[in-house]
Amino acid sequence: MSLLNATQVEGGYGGMNILKGVDMAIDKEDIGVIVGPNGAGKSTMLKAIFGLVEVNGGDILLRDKSIKNSAPNKLVELGMGFIPQEKNIFPSMTVEENLEMGAYIKPHTTKTMLERIYSFFPPLLEKRKQPAGELSGGQRQMVAMGRALMTEPTLLLLDEPTAGLSPLYMQEIFDRIVEINKAGVGILMVEQNAKQALEIATKGFVLASGQNLYTDTGQNLLNDPEVAKSFLGG
Amino acid sequence: MLAKLTEKFPEGLPVREVIVAALVFVAVLLVFASQGSAYSVRMLVEASCYAIIALGLTIQWGYGGQFNAGVMGFVALGGFCAMLFSMPVNPAFWGTELASDLGRVFLWALVALAIVIGASQLHRLGVPKKLRTTLTIILALLSWLILKSMFAPVTSAIESQAGYIGGLGMPAWVGWLVGGLLAGMVGYFVGHVCLGLRSDYLAIATLGIAEIIKAILKNEDWLTRGTATVSPLPWPTPGPGELGFVMARSIYLVITAVMIVAIFYLLQKAYNAPWGRMIRSIRDNEISAQAMGKDINKRRLEVFVFGCVLIGIGGGALTTFNGIFSPDNYLPLNHTFLVLVMVILGGPGNNLGTILGALLVYIIWVMSEPLALFLMQGGADLMTNWLGWEAPDNLSSRALQARVFVIGLLIVLVLRYAPKGLMPEKIKHVT
Amino acid sequence: MNELVFFINNVVISGAVSGSIYAIGAIGVTLVFSIMRFAHFAHADMMTFGALMVFMFTALFPGAGAALGIPTPLLMLPIAMVITAFLAIGIDKTFYKPLREHGVKPIVIVIASLGVTLMLQGLIRLFAGTSSRSMYIEERKEIFRIDMPFDLATRPIVITEPQITLIIFTILAVIGLHLFLNRTRMGKAMRAMSDNPDLARVSGINTNKVVVVTWILAGSLAAMAGTFLSMDVSLTPDMSFFLLLPIFAAAIVGGVGHPYGAIAGGFLVGYAETLSVFNWSILLRRVHHWFPEWMEIPRDLALVGSEYKIVVPFFILVAVLVWRPTGIFKGKVI
Repeated sequence: MSLLNATQVEGGYGGMNILKGVDMAIDKEDIGVIVGPNGAGKSTMLKAIFGLVEVNGGDILLRDKSIKNSAPNKLVELGMGFIPQEKNIFPSMTVEENLEMGAYIKPHTTKTMLERIYSFFPPLLEKRKQPAGELSGGQRQMVAMGRALMTEPTLLLLDEPTAGLSPLYMQEIFDRIVEINKAGVGILMVEQNAKQALEIATKGFVLASGQNLYTDTGQNLLNDPEVAKSFLGG
Repeated sequence: MLAKLTEKFPEGLPVREVIVAALVFVAVLLVFASQGSAYSVRMLVEASCYAIIALGLTIQWGYGGQFNAGVMGFVALGGFCAMLFSMPVNPAFWGTELASDLGRVFLWALVALAIVIGASQLHRLGVPKKLRTTLTIILALLSWLILKSMFAPVTSAIESQAGYIGGLGMPAWVGWLVGGLLAGMVGYFVGHVCLGLRSDYLAIATLGIAEIIKAILKNEDWLTRGTATVSPLPWPTPGPGELGFVMARSIYLVITAVMIVAIFYLLQKAYNAPWGRMIRSIRDNEISAQAMGKDINKRRLEVFVFGCVLIGIGGGALTTFNGIFSPDNYLPLNHTFLVLVMVILGGPGNNLGTILGALLVYIIWVMSEPLALFLMQGGADLMTNWLGWEAPDNLSSRALQARVFVIGLLIVLVLRYAPKGLMPEKIKHVT
Repeated sequence: MNELVFFINNVVISGAVSGSIYAIGAIGVTLVFSIMRFAHFAHADMMTFGALMVFMFTALFPGAGAALGIPTPLLMLPIAMVITAFLAIGIDKTFYKPLREHGVKPIVIVIASLGVTLMLQGLIRLFAGTSSRSMYIEERKEIFRIDMPFDLATRPIVITEPQITLIIFTILAVIGLHLFLNRTRMGKAMRAMSDNPDLARVSGINTNKVVVVTWILAGSLAAMAGTFLSMDVSLTPDMSFFLLLPIFAAAIVGGVGHPYGAIAGGFLVGYAETLSVFNWSILLRRVHHWFPEWMEIPRDLALVGSEYKIVVPFFILVAVLVWRPTGIFKGKVI
């Protein structure tokens, strides 16, 4: 039984299908990375899984139960977390309030989870009374990840977590993602920095014009000369 | 036969247009049959003035996506100018010292304006900006107070000796045109402030300016006689005294009809011209229009001002026809929301739809007054007979309130169930 | 010193009263704006509606307050607040929500709210007529006259009971709102949704519930503001059009979506209004001997006549939109 199993997903905005039959399967111990050219439907696929884009065909199963077109707050209750690419914090609220909002559906665990998040992202502890909008880019990303982890999800979806970050922070974020995964959280993310992301990926999905082009382990994709030539910039 | 017709109308038969036009025609016939021709022609003239106003709003809302919640104010401006220009010259004002007194106050006002503007430019002489701003504000307040105290004795003298300054003795149509210009100028001011911001702000500001215009017209008695009202306003055509009601009103109707046709023709041209395409592209997709390097705010201002001009002209024609200028007669319900219903029901952005919508809605509006009263009376009788419940005495004013409710309901229902109106804007797809 | 008393009565107290009413109204407008992103024009009519409810219940049980020693309208206020809150939720469910879900532009919902304004006005006047009424049916409005401890001041400071209650309630409402927004889960969820609606949804916040709570707050606050205004002056069924502009001006001055800004904006607009219609020559006459002989002080030295009071909020609105569209407290950039 896979944690997440999406088969032949079709969907998009306003009746126009951007996804034309995408397959994706993720287990608890997986880090899945979706790569591909602009407009391939990478983010759309992530949003379709999280109920933010209408799914018109195929099916999406979470632990063998269909979650097709479920409302996002239902999916959070089922143990999924989603980190959007941009605008992924509440800028005028403090860091701590941001994290509390993550645990909105599980208020009784807030206290213990706050401690765990602070020990996982120590910089956030000292900034916890500051409005999140005043933090640096990397710290904002930590707030965003912390917020999503507050519900102790079993599957975390990340939309380009390293977009706009300096290489130093990028490595830091990837390290954190690996750590989160080791703690038993399945990861599915879209990445523009394909090479570095595939390094840590157990599963890689190359999408092009709304369809799977290649599906393999990250390492195999990196070594595949075809993939390297077309999608990883040689 | 049918094939021939479809050939003639490649985009499909104009079924909607024909149906709506037939509906309007039948309604007009019914009114003629039941109310007599003098009444019906009057209604038609008023409806045609409303159609001009509605065309102004359809430009703003339908073409430009800008919502003007203060149509009433621009209508009143048009009405004011129609009054000011068409009324005969008042010798009690112009022939006495009063005119020169008033002129002197206005000269002082110009001097004060020059001083304040000069003060606001002081930073060019090296005065610190903060000091300049404080100085400007203090000077503006002081000169405002001084001018006000100079103004008060003059205006009260005018009011007591001459009634009001009177008109300029020109044909009414000059007043309509100037009214349009004045409305356009006010529209420019409001639009200049609000159009770069979210559309909600424009609605709030226009709502406010309408109430302010009304307050000014109501309280500046030396200019408008205020609540004392000015009547009768001269018509640009022979009046009913010479020709009888039906004939005189019919001639007036010819004038408004010609105006509608001219405006309609111009609007159709503009709509299909590059200007119209640009306006619509801005409305439908601001970001991409911006990306194409179009000066959005300038285009929007053009649309808004143009709409205000038409509303002012329509308001002038309407007020002249009514023959009385009374600031209290301008009501948000009659002159803002009724026009709004005409536009959204007729089809925002569709000129023909707007005109037909204006006619239809106005007929229903006029006819609904006796109807509402009839229904209320019937209901009250029932209550009295069956339940022994005493009906309130002021039924007729309450019947009016029922119409307020219906207009509100109509707005909400149309927005929800027919957001494009009876005759949707035709968008030609370039293939 | 009588001049000072006059100033206190006509500016300090009356500015605080209208400021409080505008502030409470503007909080509602700003909350609705920050959650649903549209300017709610029917807000002023919800105020009238709430006041009318209080009036009806007071008319039904005119003696109820005397038994408890408080004015009857005040006793009926909580009931009216609940009813108005339900009305607000109902209006949203029937009229605004379908449009919102249809994905229309916010300005269309603004127009719909104008339609709702007319419906409410029609209903209110259908049942209550158009004449103004006193909220004190069997009771007398208590008026406090505070004598000044100076010999020079022969006139007392005058403040009425509803004015005192209004100011107390405003303070309580502000504290309550502050605690609600910063301490409770729902309040924080509201702030979150105002900050970033998409992320709020993604975080599992039930946005529909937040919307309902927003309407409860807006509706009950509107009922409160309308009732106090009617208690202070009288209940006028068509007061709403004159309230809309100052309330929106207050919300925009304070920065839309910024509840504390709305409070400050309310008082700013309230005081600007009273200061503009205040006749300054009364104060200047005291210091007349400072001026040169030839200078006369005109009898009327108000900035605008009271018939032009409505110009003041408009002027403030335009000034803010020109110089600082985000408001003095930097509200939402919209």
